[in-house]
Amino acid sequence: MIADEPAGSSSANPSQAEPNGKGRECIPEMLTISQDGYQPWTDAGIEPQLRIENIVKSFDGFNAVDNVSLDIYRGEFFSLLGGSGCGKTTLLRMLAGFLTPDSGSLSMDGLDLVPLPPYERPLNMMFQSYALFPHMTVENNIAFGLRRDGVPKDEVAERVSKVLDLVQLSEFASRKPSQLSGGQRQRVALARSLVKRPSVLLLDEPLSALDKKLREATQYELVNIQQQVGITFIMVTHDQEEAMTMSTRIAVMDKGKIVQVGSPAEIYEYPQNRFVATFIGSVNLFEGPLVENQTDHAAIESDEWGGKIQVGRAIGYSLGHNTTLGIRPEKVRIAKIHDPMALANRAVGRMKDIAYLGNSLVYHVALQSGKVLKITSPNLGSTSDRQFVRDEEVHVGWAPNACVVVEP
Amino acid sequence: MIRHVRFLGSPKPGEGRIWVIAGPFLWFMIFFVIPFVVVAKISLSTAAVSIPPYVPLVGWGEDGTLNIALHFGNYHFLLTDPEYVIAYLSSLRNAAVTSLVTLLIGYPVAYAIATTKETLRGPLLMLVIMPFWTSFLIRVYAWIGILKPNGLINNFLMSLGLINHPLDILNNQFSVYVGMVYAYLPFMILPLYSCLEKMDHSLLEAANDLGARPIRAFVSITLPLSLPGIIAGSLLVFIPAVGEYIIPTLLGGADTLTIGTVLWNEFFGNRDWPVASTVAVALIVLLVGPLMLLQHFQSKGERS
Repeated sequence: MIADEPAGSSSANPSQAEPNGKGRECIPEMLTISQDGYQPWTDAGIEPQLRIENIVKSFDGFNAVDNVSLDIYRGEFFSLLGGSGCGKTTLLRMLAGFLTPDSGSLSMDGLDLVPLPPYERPLNMMFQSYALFPHMTVENNIAFGLRRDGVPKDEVAERVSKVLDLVQLSEFASRKPSQLSGGQRQRVALARSLVKRPSVLLLDEPLSALDKKLREATQYELVNIQQQVGITFIMVTHDQEEAMTMSTRIAVMDKGKIVQVGSPAEIYEYPQNRFVATFIGSVNLFEGPLVENQTDHAAIESDEWGGKIQVGRAIGYSLGHNTTLGIRPEKVRIAKIHDPMALANRAVGRMKDIAYLGNSLVYHVALQSGKVLKITSPNLGSTSDRQFVRDEEVHVGWAPNACVVVEP
Repeated sequence: MIRHVRFLGSPKPGEGRIWVIAGPFLWFMIFFVIPFVVVAKISLSTAAVSIPPYVPLVGWGEDGTLNIALHFGNYHFLLTDPEYVIAYLSSLRNAAVTSLVTLLIGYPVAYAIATTKETLRGPLLMLVIMPFWTSFLIRVYAWIGILKPNGLINNFLMSLGLINHPLDILNNQFSVYVGMVYAYLPFMILPLYSCLEKMDHSLLEAANDLGARPIRAFVSITLPLSLPGIIAGSLLVFIPAVGEYIIPTLLGGADTLTIGTVLWNEFFGNRDWPVASTVAVALIVLLVGPLMLLQHFQSKGERS
């Protein structure tokens, strides 16, 4: 536990958590958000730690970051998610101080960050390439930041050994980075950026250089460490699964703008527009005019579906408005043609493709209009009523409350 | 399981290696080792009025015995005659000062080129290499025109009224330094540039991020990581600078004593080939010794 600091230390950051959690009552910000369901962004009484307001940054006339505003709260694990070139890294580098915004403001705990050079900002960054100093040992790499701050010698040694404990690298202290594996280097980079106890840690694609198995294990480890040290993490990633697993909130970015901000569940269940719906997981989309709109249900008329699609709640458009509905593949049911299906939305289709993924199955079913519906279902074992073959006629359908309205 | 796939006529694994090494090895044998042995042999002889002008090492006595006479007196002579000691020391000093000054000038230049826009790097490097397209001799002669009493510099300073008498900046130690620094600067810049250009910029960002000001980041990160470039550049300058002959001869004064001038005098002035050969062998020993030590420490440093 890094936060367990000696008395009289210069770092008096109130965000430091108590090692055994006894400080939780007095410092509610330190609650481990995802576990305790603590959501500071829903509470108007809590001040955000980091305020990003109307930030614009352009390169050669192209707006890499286009009028972005975000509030990030103490103790969050916040992800900036988007494809390459969406501006997420540019935004992170502006926070770190390597780029200066063209306009807009950045402030942290009331401190204006924009005029400060990187070496004076109270936040640290973990680089995608790790950027470990190749000529220094692990120990010296980690101690580098503390020495720059003029921390006394014995305190440096103590803090370095504590953070090495935290990332389980104590026996590698005197190795050079070239003598470490990829996963070990990643943890040295993390330790080096954590040892200064920044109020906010920026992580640029921290797991992208690891292989799949190690990446999954490290995701949990990183979240655990974040909860132990109680530092706000802001992570840039292009991997939606990674963002979903680790984050308290996600900001989905596209073409320099923030498209949607929300918890992983909000983003997945209620994607605000077509981009988010298709970027996060996969989705089947249906378009058509709104033909019914009651307080408890609504419907659109879709040619692709071949009839009305029932929605289990009111839609905020007037009748006749061209509406797009999204339905996730795992929420579509599939059944043999002779099985009656008691769902409001059902249709007959022809099995086009079946993919076996081990833990699940993916079906592509062609509807009568020719539209292909993607369906996933867990692999429950192959009994005769669940075994489908190509070109077989099948029933597909879903409950009215399973689909969401997606903005174009 | 097929472990080795071999095509007809293709060499066995490792078979071609010897031919690859043979080329440079042969070159090294013909143009360095054999001449060196010849020179070393001559250095163990004494001068004589004959062609070639030294006493052969191996000869047949009148009674048919084989005589081998090795004469080490030249080496002793070299150590005791102050002229040679002074020549060696001043050559080493010239080379050391040249290396240091080219490093001090070359490092910022190489750093600036390596950190400038990518499109500008090519033209700037071209400017560094450009002087090689002109004859070396002409470029050294040009410095006489620049440095002489009514040369460019003196005329310019006098026309400004800054000085009344021309500065004495030709045919002395200063002009030798100027000429050598000028001539050897590209050999320092090029290896430094290639080292600095490869440096990962994110390392400096990481240092900044961890609280290091730019100067601190330079001292802690850039400088140690460019050490291989500094060593390579310094060796490339130092080694040929020790044996430099043309620049001290053209730009130096009458009293300028270097190994190059001593060598020339012994060979062509005194026609004493054995002493001249001894001077040459001693120079190589003097240079190779420290070099091998350096290499030894470097490879040890890499292993640890």
